[in-house]
Amino acid sequence: MYAIEIEGLEKVYNAGFWRQRSKRALRPLSLTVNPGEIFGFLGPNGAGKTTTLKILMGLVFPTAGRAQILGMDLNDPRMKAQIGFLPEQPYFYDHLTARELLRYYGQLSGMDAKQLPHKVDAMLEQVKLGSSANVQLRKFSKGMLQRAGIAQAILHDPKVVFLDEPMSGLDPMGRREVRSLIEELKAKGKTVFFSTHILSDAEALCDRVGIIHQGELRGVGAVADLTAGVHGKVEIVWHGSIVPAAIRSMNADCRAAGESTRIVVPEESQDSVLEALRREQLRLISVVPVRASLEDYFVSQLGTPMKSEAVTSRS
Amino acid sequence: MNSRIFHIATNTFREAVRDRVLYNLIAFALLMSAAAVLVGQISLNIERLVVINLGLTAVSLFGIIIAIFIGIGLVSKEIDKRTLYTVLSRPVRRWEFIAGKFFGLSGTLAVNTFFMAIGVFAALAYVSHHFVSSDLGVLVALYFIVLQFVIITALALFFSSFSTPIFSAIFAFWLFVIGSFAQDLRNFAAMTHGFTRWMATGAAYLIPNFSALNVITQVAHGEPVPHTLIVLNTVYALVYSMAVLSAAVLIFERRNLK
Repeated sequence: MYAIEIEGLEKVYNAGFWRQRSKRALRPLSLTVNPGEIFGFLGPNGAGKTTTLKILMGLVFPTAGRAQILGMDLNDPRMKAQIGFLPEQPYFYDHLTARELLRYYGQLSGMDAKQLPHKVDAMLEQVKLGSSANVQLRKFSKGMLQRAGIAQAILHDPKVVFLDEPMSGLDPMGRREVRSLIEELKAKGKTVFFSTHILSDAEALCDRVGIIHQGELRGVGAVADLTAGVHGKVEIVWHGSIVPAAIRSMNADCRAAGESTRIVVPEESQDSVLEALRREQLRLISVVPVRASLEDYFVSQLGTPMKSEAVTSRS
Repeated sequence: MNSRIFHIATNTFREAVRDRVLYNLIAFALLMSAAAVLVGQISLNIERLVVINLGLTAVSLFGIIIAIFIGIGLVSKEIDKRTLYTVLSRPVRRWEFIAGKFFGLSGTLAVNTFFMAIGVFAALAYVSHHFVSSDLGVLVALYFIVLQFVIITALALFFSSFSTPIFSAIFAFWLFVIGSFAQDLRNFAAMTHGFTRWMATGAAYLIPNFSALNVITQVAHGEPVPHTLIVLNTVYALVYSMAVLSAAVLIFERRNLK
Protein backbone atom coordinates (compact mmCIF):
# COMPACT_ATOMS: atom_id res chain seq x y z
CA MET A 1 0.00 0.00 0.00
CA TYR A 2 1.27 3.45 -0.92
CA ALA A 3 1.34 6.25 1.63
CA ILE A 4 -0.03 8.59 -1.04
CA GLU A 5 -1.56 7.54 -4.34
CA ILE A 6 -2.70 10.14 -6.87
CA GLU A 7 -4.33 9.08 -10.12
CA GLY A 8 -5.22 11.47 -12.95
CA LEU A 9 -5.93 14.39 -10.63
CA GLU A 10 -7.17 17.49 -12.47
CA LYS A 11 -8.34 20.90 -11.31
CA VAL A 12 -9.94 23.62 -13.38
CA TYR A 13 -10.94 26.85 -11.62
CA ASN A 14 -13.76 28.93 -13.03
CA ALA A 15 -13.43 32.66 -12.44
CA GLY A 16 -15.62 35.61 -13.29
CA PHE A 17 -19.28 36.25 -12.67
CA TRP A 18 -20.83 37.15 -16.02
CA ARG A 19 -18.22 35.74 -18.38
CA GLN A 20 -16.76 32.67 -16.81
CA ARG A 21 -13.11 32.05 -17.61
CA SER A 22 -11.51 28.78 -16.71
CA LYS A 23 -7.99 28.31 -15.48
CA ARG A 24 -6.41 24.86 -15.53
CA ALA A 25 -4.43 24.62 -12.27
CA LEU A 26 -3.66 20.93 -12.53
CA ARG A 27 -3.42 18.74 -15.62
CA PRO A 28 -3.92 15.00 -15.09
CA LEU A 29 -1.45 14.27 -12.31
CA SER A 30 -0.47 10.76 -11.27
CA LEU A 31 2.00 10.10 -8.51
CA THR A 32 2.76 7.61 -5.75
CA VAL A 33 4.73 8.09 -2.54
CA ASN A 34 6.01 5.10 -0.58
CA PRO A 35 5.67 4.76 3.21
CA GLY A 36 8.65 6.19 5.09
CA GLU A 37 9.78 8.26 2.12
CA ILE A 38 10.66 11.96 2.07
CA PHE A 39 9.14 13.25 -1.14
CA GLY A 40 9.87 16.74 -2.42
CA PHE A 41 7.28 18.39 -4.60
CA LEU A 42 9.12 21.04 -6.56
CA GLY A 43 8.03 23.78 -8.87
CA PRO A 44 8.08 27.53 -9.38
CA ASN A 45 5.40 29.74 -7.83
CA GLY A 46 1.98 29.04 -9.33
CA ALA A 47 3.02 25.62 -10.65
CA GLY A 48 0.20 23.74 -8.90
CA LYS A 49 1.97 22.56 -5.72
CA THR A 50 -0.46 24.19 -3.29
CA THR A 51 -3.50 23.15 -5.36
CA THR A 52 -2.33 19.53 -5.17
CA LEU A 53 -1.86 19.80 -1.41
CA LYS A 54 -5.26 21.47 -0.96
CA ILE A 55 -6.94 18.66 -2.88
CA LEU A 56 -5.17 16.07 -0.73
CA MET A 57 -6.31 17.92 2.41
CA GLY A 58 -9.92 18.03 1.21
CA LEU A 59 -9.94 21.83 1.02
CA VAL A 60 -10.44 21.93 -2.75
CA PHE A 61 -12.36 19.38 -4.80
CA PRO A 62 -10.74 17.89 -7.93
CA THR A 63 -12.40 18.34 -11.32
CA ALA A 64 -11.37 14.79 -12.24
CA GLY A 65 -9.21 11.95 -10.92
CA ARG A 66 -8.84 10.41 -7.50
CA ALA A 67 -6.38 10.21 -4.64
CA GLN A 68 -5.90 8.10 -1.55
CA ILE A 69 -3.78 8.54 1.55
CA LEU A 70 -2.84 5.40 3.51
CA GLY A 71 -5.27 3.51 1.28
CA MET A 72 -8.24 5.62 2.42
CA ASP A 73 -10.35 8.23 0.64
CA LEU A 74 -9.59 11.90 1.15
CA ASN A 75 -12.75 12.57 3.17
CA ASP A 76 -12.29 9.62 5.52
CA PRO A 77 -11.93 10.95 9.13
CA ARG A 78 -9.85 7.86 10.09
CA MET A 79 -7.27 8.91 7.51
CA LYS A 80 -7.34 12.53 8.67
CA ALA A 81 -6.48 11.43 12.21
CA GLN A 82 -3.25 10.00 10.80
CA ILE A 83 -2.00 12.97 8.80
CA GLY A 84 -0.50 16.33 9.70
CA PHE A 85 -0.53 19.49 7.58
CA LEU A 86 1.43 22.73 7.62
CA PRO A 87 -0.03 25.28 5.19
CA GLU A 88 2.11 27.82 3.35
CA GLN A 89 2.79 30.95 5.44
CA PRO A 90 0.64 29.68 8.29
CA TYR A 91 -1.52 32.07 10.25
CA PHE A 92 -3.11 30.75 13.39
CA TYR A 93 -5.72 31.95 15.86
CA ASP A 94 -3.77 34.89 17.23
CA HIS A 95 -5.96 35.21 20.34
CA LEU A 96 -4.57 31.89 21.57
CA THR A 97 -1.26 31.23 23.26
CA ALA A 98 1.04 28.60 21.74
CA ARG A 99 0.01 26.12 24.45
CA GLU A 100 -3.72 26.75 23.90
CA LEU A 101 -3.29 26.43 20.13
CA LEU A 102 -1.66 23.02 20.40
CA ARG A 103 -4.26 21.83 22.91
CA TYR A 104 -7.04 22.95 20.58
CA TYR A 105 -5.58 21.09 17.61
CA GLY A 106 -4.85 18.06 19.79
CA GLN A 107 -8.50 18.02 20.89
CA LEU A 108 -9.71 18.27 17.28
CA SER A 109 -7.43 15.37 16.36
CA GLY A 110 -9.05 13.26 19.07
CA MET A 111 -5.95 12.96 21.28
CA ASP A 112 -6.31 11.49 24.75
CA ALA A 113 -7.35 14.29 27.12
CA LYS A 114 -5.14 13.05 29.99
CA GLN A 115 -1.97 12.79 27.91
CA LEU A 116 -2.56 15.94 25.89
CA PRO A 117 -1.06 18.52 28.33
CA HIS A 118 2.19 16.52 28.64
CA LYS A 119 2.46 15.97 24.89
CA VAL A 120 1.82 19.65 24.23
CA ASP A 121 4.55 20.74 26.63
CA ALA A 122 7.02 18.21 25.18
CA MET A 123 6.24 19.39 21.64
CA LEU A 124 6.70 23.05 22.62
CA GLU A 125 10.13 22.16 23.97
CA GLN A 126 10.96 20.17 20.82
CA VAL A 127 10.27 23.16 18.54
CA LYS A 128 12.00 25.53 20.99
CA LEU A 129 8.85 27.42 21.98
CA GLY A 130 8.85 26.28 25.61
CA SER A 131 9.66 29.74 26.94
CA SER A 132 6.90 31.33 24.81
CA ALA A 133 4.21 28.75 25.65
CA ASN A 134 1.96 31.31 27.33
CA VAL A 135 2.47 34.13 24.84
CA GLN A 136 -0.40 34.95 22.47
CA LEU A 137 0.41 34.14 18.85
CA ARG A 138 -0.23 37.74 17.77
CA LYS A 139 3.11 38.55 19.42
CA PHE A 140 5.03 35.80 17.57
CA SER A 141 7.63 36.45 14.86
CA LYS A 142 7.33 34.73 11.47
CA GLY A 143 9.88 32.11 12.43
CA MET A 144 8.09 31.35 15.71
CA LEU A 145 4.77 31.00 13.85
CA GLN A 146 6.39 28.56 11.45
CA ARG A 147 7.66 26.49 14.40
CA ALA A 148 4.20 26.56 16.00
CA GLY A 149 2.84 25.43 12.63
CA ILE A 150 5.20 22.50 12.47
CA ALA A 151 4.33 21.60 16.07
CA GLN A 152 0.60 21.44 15.32
CA ALA A 153 1.30 19.32 12.24
CA ILE A 154 3.20 16.60 14.12
CA LEU A 155 1.70 16.84 17.63
CA HIS A 156 -0.66 13.88 17.18
CA ASP A 157 2.13 11.63 15.85
CA PRO A 158 0.75 11.34 12.31
CA LYS A 159 1.96 8.71 9.84
CA VAL A 160 2.06 11.10 6.89
CA VAL A 161 3.10 14.75 7.20
CA PHE A 162 2.36 17.34 4.50
CA LEU A 163 4.42 20.52 4.61
CA ASP A 164 3.73 23.38 2.18
CA GLU A 165 6.88 25.49 1.78
CA PRO A 166 8.10 24.74 5.33
CA MET A 167 11.35 26.70 4.90
CA SER A 168 9.81 29.82 3.42
CA GLY A 169 10.55 32.97 5.39
CA LEU A 170 12.98 31.29 7.76
CA ASP A 171 16.51 32.46 8.46
CA PRO A 172 19.41 30.01 7.86
CA MET A 173 19.22 28.70 11.44
CA GLY A 174 15.48 28.21 11.18
CA ARG A 175 15.86 26.34 7.90
CA ARG A 176 18.48 24.12 9.44
CA GLU A 177 16.16 23.32 12.36
CA VAL A 178 13.32 22.43 10.02
CA ARG A 179 15.66 20.24 7.99
CA SER A 180 16.72 18.31 11.07
CA LEU A 181 13.08 18.01 12.13
CA ILE A 182 12.21 16.43 8.77
CA GLU A 183 15.16 14.07 9.16
CA GLU A 184 13.89 13.11 12.62
CA LEU A 185 10.48 12.33 11.14
CA LYS A 186 12.10 10.06 8.56
CA ALA A 187 14.09 8.32 11.29
CA LYS A 188 10.77 7.58 13.02
CA GLY A 189 9.45 5.99 9.82
CA LYS A 190 7.06 8.81 8.92
CA THR A 191 6.25 9.74 5.33
CA VAL A 192 6.94 13.39 4.56
CA PHE A 193 5.52 15.12 1.49
CA PHE A 194 6.78 18.65 1.22
CA SER A 195 6.51 21.29 -1.44
CA THR A 196 9.28 23.78 -1.96
CA HIS A 197 10.95 25.94 -4.54
CA ILE A 198 14.23 25.91 -2.60
CA LEU A 199 16.08 23.22 -4.52
CA SER A 200 19.05 22.86 -2.18
CA ASP A 201 16.68 21.79 0.62
CA ALA A 202 15.07 19.18 -1.61
CA GLU A 203 18.44 17.91 -2.83
CA ALA A 204 19.70 17.52 0.73
CA LEU A 205 16.59 15.87 2.18
CA CYS A 206 14.52 13.98 -0.35
CA ASP A 207 14.54 10.33 -1.27
CA ARG A 208 12.61 11.26 -4.39
CA VAL A 209 11.33 14.44 -5.94
CA GLY A 210 8.58 15.34 -8.38
CA ILE A 211 8.81 18.44 -10.53
CA ILE A 212 5.62 20.25 -11.46
CA HIS A 213 5.29 23.17 -13.86
CA GLN A 214 2.13 24.81 -15.19
CA GLY A 215 0.08 22.10 -13.50
CA GLU A 216 1.90 19.28 -15.23
CA LEU A 217 4.25 16.76 -13.64
CA ARG A 218 7.53 17.03 -15.58
CA GLY A 219 9.57 14.35 -13.83
CA VAL A 220 9.65 12.04 -10.80
CA GLY A 221 12.49 10.06 -9.31
CA ALA A 222 15.56 10.01 -7.09
CA VAL A 223 17.70 13.14 -7.46
CA ALA A 224 20.71 11.12 -8.73
CA ASP A 225 18.60 9.35 -11.37
CA LEU A 226 17.05 12.57 -12.60
CA THR A 227 20.30 14.51 -12.83
CA ALA A 228 22.08 11.62 -14.60
CA GLY A 229 19.99 12.31 -17.68
CA VAL A 230 20.97 15.96 -17.85
CA HIS A 231 23.72 16.83 -20.35
CA GLY A 232 26.71 17.55 -18.14
CA LYS A 233 29.25 20.31 -18.13
CA VAL A 234 33.04 20.23 -17.93
CA GLU A 235 35.44 22.47 -16.11
CA ILE A 236 38.65 23.18 -18.10
CA VAL A 237 41.65 24.85 -16.45
CA TRP A 238 44.80 26.06 -18.25
CA HIS A 239 47.98 27.88 -17.28
CA GLY A 240 48.18 31.67 -17.72
CA SER A 241 45.65 34.43 -18.06
CA ILE A 242 45.31 34.46 -21.87
CA VAL A 243 41.83 33.65 -23.15
CA PRO A 244 41.83 32.74 -26.86
CA ALA A 245 39.32 34.67 -29.03
CA ALA A 246 37.52 31.43 -29.98
CA ILE A 247 36.84 30.73 -26.27
CA ARG A 248 35.87 34.31 -25.52
CA SER A 249 33.23 34.17 -28.24
CA MET A 250 31.53 31.25 -26.45
CA ASN A 251 30.23 33.62 -23.74
CA ALA A 252 30.85 30.93 -21.13
CA ASP A 253 31.69 31.45 -17.45
CA CYS A 254 35.45 32.15 -17.68
CA ARG A 255 37.54 33.37 -14.74
CA ALA A 256 41.24 33.98 -14.17
CA ALA A 257 42.51 33.06 -10.73
CA GLY A 258 46.19 33.42 -9.82
CA GLU A 259 48.31 31.85 -12.57
CA SER A 260 45.50 29.86 -14.17
CA THR A 261 42.21 30.41 -15.98
CA ARG A 262 39.05 28.36 -15.51
CA ILE A 263 36.05 27.90 -17.79
CA VAL A 264 32.87 25.81 -17.42
CA VAL A 265 31.28 24.76 -20.73
CA PRO A 266 28.74 22.18 -21.90
CA GLU A 267 30.23 18.78 -22.76
CA GLU A 268 29.64 19.31 -26.47
CA SER A 269 31.88 22.44 -26.44
CA GLN A 270 34.78 20.61 -24.77
CA ASP A 271 36.61 19.72 -28.04
CA SER A 272 36.35 23.30 -29.37
CA VAL A 273 37.90 24.70 -26.20
CA LEU A 274 40.74 22.14 -26.19
CA GLU A 275 41.41 22.82 -29.89
CA ALA A 276 41.57 26.60 -29.21
CA LEU A 277 44.02 26.04 -26.33
CA ARG A 278 46.20 23.82 -28.54
CA ARG A 279 46.27 26.41 -31.33
CA GLU A 280 47.43 29.10 -28.87
CA GLN A 281 49.90 26.59 -27.33
CA LEU A 282 48.52 27.15 -23.86
CA ARG A 283 49.31 24.49 -21.23
CA LEU A 284 46.29 22.47 -20.15
CA ILE A 285 46.03 21.79 -16.40
CA SER A 286 42.81 19.80 -16.03
CA VAL A 287 39.52 18.73 -17.60
CA VAL A 288 36.97 17.72 -14.92
CA PRO A 289 33.33 16.76 -15.50
CA VAL A 290 30.89 18.84 -13.40
CA ARG A 291 28.03 16.82 -11.92
CA ALA A 292 24.60 18.12 -12.95
CA SER A 293 22.67 19.51 -10.00
CA LEU A 294 18.97 19.28 -9.27
CA GLU A 295 18.84 22.90 -10.34
CA ASP A 296 20.17 21.97 -13.79
CA TYR A 297 17.52 19.28 -14.10
CA PHE A 298 14.83 21.65 -12.81
CA VAL A 299 15.76 24.35 -15.30
CA SER A 300 15.93 21.82 -18.15
CA GLN A 301 12.41 20.57 -17.31
CA LEU A 302 10.95 24.05 -17.01
CA GLY A 303 12.31 24.92 -20.43
CA THR A 304 10.63 22.01 -22.23
CA PRO A 305 7.16 22.40 -23.73
CA MET A 306 4.21 20.78 -21.96
CA LYS A 307 3.62 17.15 -22.89
CA SER A 308 -0.05 17.85 -23.47
CA GLU A 309 0.85 20.75 -25.80
CA ALA A 310 3.31 18.54 -27.69
CA VAL A 311 0.58 15.97 -28.22
CA THR A 312 -1.83 18.66 -29.38
CA SER A 313 0.61 20.13 -31.88
CA ARG A 314 1.35 16.72 -33.39
CA SER A 315 -2.29 15.85 -33.88
CA MET B 1 -22.96 17.81 21.09
CA ASN B 2 -19.94 15.89 19.82
CA SER B 3 -16.56 16.86 21.22
CA ARG B 4 -15.23 18.51 18.04
CA ILE B 5 -18.26 20.81 17.81
CA PHE B 6 -17.80 21.61 21.52
CA HIS B 7 -14.11 22.49 21.05
CA ILE B 8 -14.82 24.69 18.02
CA ALA B 9 -17.66 26.40 19.92
CA THR B 10 -15.41 26.98 22.94
CA ASN B 11 -12.70 28.46 20.72
CA THR B 12 -15.24 30.77 19.05
CA PHE B 13 -16.45 31.94 22.45
CA ARG B 14 -12.89 32.49 23.68
CA GLU B 15 -12.00 34.44 20.54
CA ALA B 16 -15.02 36.73 20.99
CA VAL B 17 -14.16 37.34 24.64
CA ARG B 18 -10.46 38.00 23.93
CA ASP B 19 -11.32 40.27 21.03
CA ARG B 20 -13.07 42.40 23.65
CA VAL B 21 -16.57 41.83 22.32
CA LEU B 22 -17.93 41.85 25.87
CA TYR B 23 -16.65 45.43 26.20
CA ASN B 24 -20.07 46.41 24.83
CA LEU B 25 -21.31 45.62 28.35
CA ILE B 26 -19.52 48.73 29.64
CA ALA B 27 -21.40 50.91 27.14
CA PHE B 28 -24.62 49.14 28.09
CA ALA B 29 -23.99 49.60 31.82
CA LEU B 30 -23.34 53.34 31.30
CA LEU B 31 -26.51 53.66 29.20
CA MET B 32 -28.67 51.91 31.82
CA SER B 33 -27.16 53.90 34.72
CA ALA B 34 -27.78 57.20 32.92
CA ALA B 35 -31.32 56.15 32.00
CA ALA B 36 -32.10 55.08 35.58
CA VAL B 37 -30.82 58.34 37.06
CA LEU B 38 -32.71 60.47 34.51
CA VAL B 39 -35.95 58.51 34.73
CA GLY B 40 -35.71 58.52 38.53
CA GLN B 41 -36.01 62.30 38.44
CA ILE B 42 -39.12 62.32 36.22
CA SER B 43 -41.53 60.61 38.67
CA LEU B 44 -44.53 60.46 36.35
CA ASN B 45 -45.26 56.80 37.17
CA ILE B 46 -43.86 55.79 33.83
CA GLU B 47 -40.39 54.95 35.17
CA ARG B 48 -40.91 51.20 34.81
CA LEU B 49 -42.28 51.55 31.29
CA VAL B 50 -39.35 53.71 30.16
CA VAL B 51 -36.66 51.54 31.79
CA ILE B 52 -38.10 48.27 30.42
CA ASN B 53 -38.61 49.73 26.94
CA LEU B 54 -35.20 51.34 26.77
CA GLY B 55 -33.38 48.43 28.45
CA LEU B 56 -34.84 45.65 26.29
CA THR B 57 -34.45 47.67 23.08
CA ALA B 58 -30.80 48.29 23.96
CA VAL B 59 -30.24 44.58 24.76
CA SER B 60 -31.75 43.72 21.39
CA LEU B 61 -29.75 46.28 19.39
CA PHE B 62 -26.42 45.54 21.07
CA GLY B 63 -26.89 41.81 20.50
CA ILE B 64 -28.03 42.16 16.88
CA ILE B 65 -25.00 44.29 16.07
CA ILE B 66 -22.67 41.72 17.67
CA ALA B 67 -24.46 38.79 15.99
CA ILE B 68 -24.20 40.38 12.54
CA PHE B 69 -20.69 41.76 12.76
CA ILE B 70 -19.13 38.66 14.29
CA GLY B 71 -21.38 36.21 12.47
CA ILE B 72 -20.49 37.47 8.99
CA GLY B 73 -16.78 36.84 9.64
CA LEU B 74 -17.15 33.42 11.25
CA VAL B 75 -16.41 31.51 8.04
CA SER B 76 -14.93 34.15 5.70
CA LYS B 77 -12.34 35.28 8.26
CA GLU B 78 -11.20 31.70 8.78
CA ILE B 79 -10.80 31.28 5.01
CA ASP B 80 -9.02 34.63 4.54
CA LYS B 81 -6.62 33.93 7.39
CA ARG B 82 -6.28 30.28 6.34
CA THR B 83 -6.92 29.11 9.92
CA LEU B 84 -9.61 26.85 8.47
CA TYR B 85 -7.02 24.82 6.55
CA THR B 86 -5.46 23.34 9.66
CA VAL B 87 -8.90 22.64 11.16
CA LEU B 88 -10.37 20.86 8.13
CA SER B 89 -7.20 18.82 7.56
CA ARG B 90 -8.09 17.10 10.86
CA PRO B 91 -10.95 14.65 11.41
CA VAL B 92 -13.41 17.55 11.48
CA ARG B 93 -16.32 17.49 9.04
CA ARG B 94 -17.42 20.72 7.45
CA TRP B 95 -20.87 20.56 9.04
CA GLU B 96 -19.22 20.16 12.45
CA PHE B 97 -17.25 23.35 11.83
CA ILE B 98 -20.44 25.30 10.95
CA ALA B 99 -22.27 23.84 13.97
CA GLY B 100 -19.36 24.69 16.30
CA LYS B 101 -19.23 28.27 15.05
CA PHE B 102 -23.00 28.60 15.47
CA PHE B 103 -23.03 27.32 19.05
CA GLY B 104 -19.95 29.39 19.92
CA LEU B 105 -21.46 32.70 18.84
CA SER B 106 -24.92 31.84 20.18
CA GLY B 107 -23.28 31.05 23.53
CA THR B 108 -21.37 34.34 23.48
CA LEU B 109 -24.60 36.24 22.83
CA ALA B 110 -26.45 34.34 25.57
CA VAL B 111 -23.74 35.21 28.13
CA ASN B 112 -23.74 38.81 26.91
CA THR B 113 -27.53 38.97 27.27
CA PHE B 114 -27.32 37.50 30.78
CA PHE B 115 -25.08 40.34 31.95
CA MET B 116 -27.21 42.95 30.19
CA ALA B 117 -30.32 41.45 31.80
CA ILE B 118 -28.71 42.01 35.22
CA GLY B 119 -28.26 45.66 34.18
CA VAL B 120 -31.93 46.00 33.17
CA PHE B 121 -33.16 44.54 36.47
CA ALA B 122 -30.70 46.69 38.46
CA ALA B 123 -32.03 49.83 36.74
CA LEU B 124 -35.60 48.64 37.35
CA ALA B 125 -34.87 48.11 41.04
CA TYR B 126 -33.27 51.59 41.24
CA VAL B 127 -36.28 53.42 39.81
CA SER B 128 -39.14 51.47 41.41
CA HIS B 129 -37.47 50.02 44.57
CA HIS B 130 -39.39 46.73 44.20
CA PHE B 131 -40.25 44.00 41.69
CA VAL B 132 -43.78 43.01 40.66
CA SER B 133 -45.01 39.69 39.29
CA SER B 134 -45.42 41.13 35.79
CA ASP B 135 -41.63 41.67 35.73
CA LEU B 136 -41.40 37.97 34.90
CA GLY B 137 -42.56 39.07 31.47
CA VAL B 138 -39.20 40.89 31.13
CA LEU B 139 -37.49 37.51 31.40
CA VAL B 140 -39.74 36.15 28.64
CA ALA B 141 -38.95 39.18 26.44
CA LEU B 142 -35.23 38.60 27.07
CA TYR B 143 -35.67 34.94 26.13
CA PHE B 144 -37.34 35.98 22.85
CA ILE B 145 -34.49 38.39 22.18
CA VAL B 146 -32.02 35.51 22.59
CA LEU B 147 -34.12 33.52 20.09
CA GLN B 148 -33.77 36.47 17.67
CA PHE B 149 -29.98 36.32 18.15
CA VAL B 150 -30.01 32.60 17.38
CA ILE B 151 -31.80 33.22 14.06
CA ILE B 152 -29.60 36.20 13.15
CA THR B 153 -26.46 34.15 13.95
CA ALA B 154 -27.67 31.36 11.66
CA LEU B 155 -28.44 33.88 8.89
CA ALA B 156 -25.07 35.63 9.24
CA LEU B 157 -23.33 32.25 9.10
CA PHE B 158 -25.38 31.31 6.04
CA PHE B 159 -24.33 34.45 4.16
CA SER B 160 -20.77 34.09 5.42
CA SER B 161 -20.57 30.61 3.90
CA PHE B 162 -20.64 31.99 0.33
CA SER B 163 -20.47 35.79 0.36
CA THR B 164 -18.08 38.57 1.31
CA PRO B 165 -18.36 40.09 4.80
CA ILE B 166 -19.79 43.39 3.47
CA PHE B 167 -22.55 41.73 1.45
CA SER B 168 -23.22 39.30 4.31
CA ALA B 169 -23.69 42.25 6.69
CA ILE B 170 -26.02 44.01 4.26
CA PHE B 171 -28.11 40.87 3.64
CA ALA B 172 -28.34 39.96 7.34
CA PHE B 173 -29.23 43.50 8.46
CA TRP B 174 -31.76 43.84 5.64
CA LEU B 175 -33.42 40.57 6.67
CA PHE B 176 -33.54 41.73 10.28
CA VAL B 177 -35.31 44.97 9.29
CA ILE B 178 -37.75 43.22 6.90
CA GLY B 179 -38.32 40.43 9.44
CA SER B 180 -39.28 42.99 12.06
CA PHE B 181 -42.25 43.85 9.82
CA ALA B 182 -43.08 40.22 8.99
CA GLN B 183 -46.52 40.45 10.54
CA ASP B 184 -47.38 43.50 8.39
CA LEU B 185 -46.27 41.57 5.31
CA ARG B 186 -48.52 38.66 6.30
CA ASN B 187 -51.45 41.03 6.81
CA PHE B 188 -50.75 42.57 3.40
CA ALA B 189 -50.65 39.10 1.80
CA ALA B 190 -54.06 38.30 3.32
CA MET B 191 -55.55 41.37 1.62
CA THR B 192 -54.31 40.51 -1.89
CA HIS B 193 -55.53 37.98 -4.47
CA GLY B 194 -54.20 35.55 -7.07
CA PHE B 195 -50.52 35.53 -7.99
CA THR B 196 -49.69 38.55 -5.80
CA ARG B 197 -51.19 36.81 -2.78
CA TRP B 198 -49.22 33.66 -3.56
CA MET B 199 -45.98 35.63 -3.89
CA ALA B 200 -46.55 37.85 -0.84
CA THR B 201 -47.49 34.86 1.34
CA GLY B 202 -44.39 32.96 0.18
CA ALA B 203 -42.15 35.92 0.94
CA ALA B 204 -43.83 36.51 4.31
CA TYR B 205 -43.15 32.94 5.40
CA LEU B 206 -39.64 32.84 3.94
CA ILE B 207 -38.31 35.83 5.84
CA PRO B 208 -37.71 35.39 9.58
CA ASN B 209 -40.64 36.53 11.69
CA PHE B 210 -38.89 38.82 14.15
CA SER B 211 -42.11 40.71 14.88
CA ALA B 212 -43.52 37.64 16.69
CA LEU B 213 -40.36 37.57 18.80
CA ASN B 214 -40.73 41.18 19.87
CA VAL B 215 -42.93 41.54 22.97
CA ILE B 216 -41.10 44.52 24.47
CA THR B 217 -44.06 46.97 24.34
CA GLN B 218 -46.44 44.34 25.70
CA VAL B 219 -44.12 43.51 28.61
CA ALA B 220 -43.39 47.18 29.37
CA HIS B 221 -47.13 47.73 29.85
CA GLY B 222 -47.29 44.76 32.22
CA GLU B 223 -49.37 42.60 29.87
CA PRO B 224 -48.80 38.83 30.21
CA VAL B 225 -47.22 36.78 27.40
CA PRO B 226 -49.31 33.68 26.49
CA HIS B 227 -47.62 30.35 27.22
CA THR B 228 -48.49 29.04 23.78
CA LEU B 229 -46.54 31.94 22.23
CA ILE B 230 -43.47 30.89 24.24
CA VAL B 231 -43.72 27.33 22.94
CA LEU B 232 -44.49 28.37 19.35
CA ASN B 233 -41.70 30.96 19.24
CA THR B 234 -39.21 28.43 20.62
CA VAL B 235 -40.16 25.82 18.01
CA TYR B 236 -40.19 28.46 15.25
CA ALA B 237 -36.74 29.83 16.13
CA LEU B 238 -35.20 26.36 16.35
CA VAL B 239 -36.75 25.08 13.11
CA TYR B 240 -35.93 28.29 11.19
CA SER B 241 -32.31 28.32 12.47
CA MET B 242 -31.82 24.65 11.66
CA ALA B 243 -33.18 25.18 8.13
CA VAL B 244 -30.84 28.15 7.55
CA LEU B 245 -27.88 26.25 9.03
CA SER B 246 -28.63 23.25 6.81
CA ALA B 247 -28.55 25.55 3.78
CA ALA B 248 -25.23 26.99 5.02
CA VAL B 249 -23.81 23.47 5.38
CA LEU B 250 -25.04 22.46 1.90
CA ILE B 251 -23.21 25.43 0.36
CA PHE B 252 -20.10 25.11 2.51
CA GLU B 253 -19.76 21.37 1.85
CA ARG B 254 -19.32 22.12 -1.88
CA ARG B 255 -17.13 25.17 -1.57
CA ASN B 256 -13.53 25.18 -2.83
CA LEU B 257 -11.35 26.87 -0.20
CA LYS B 258 -8.97 28.64 -2.58
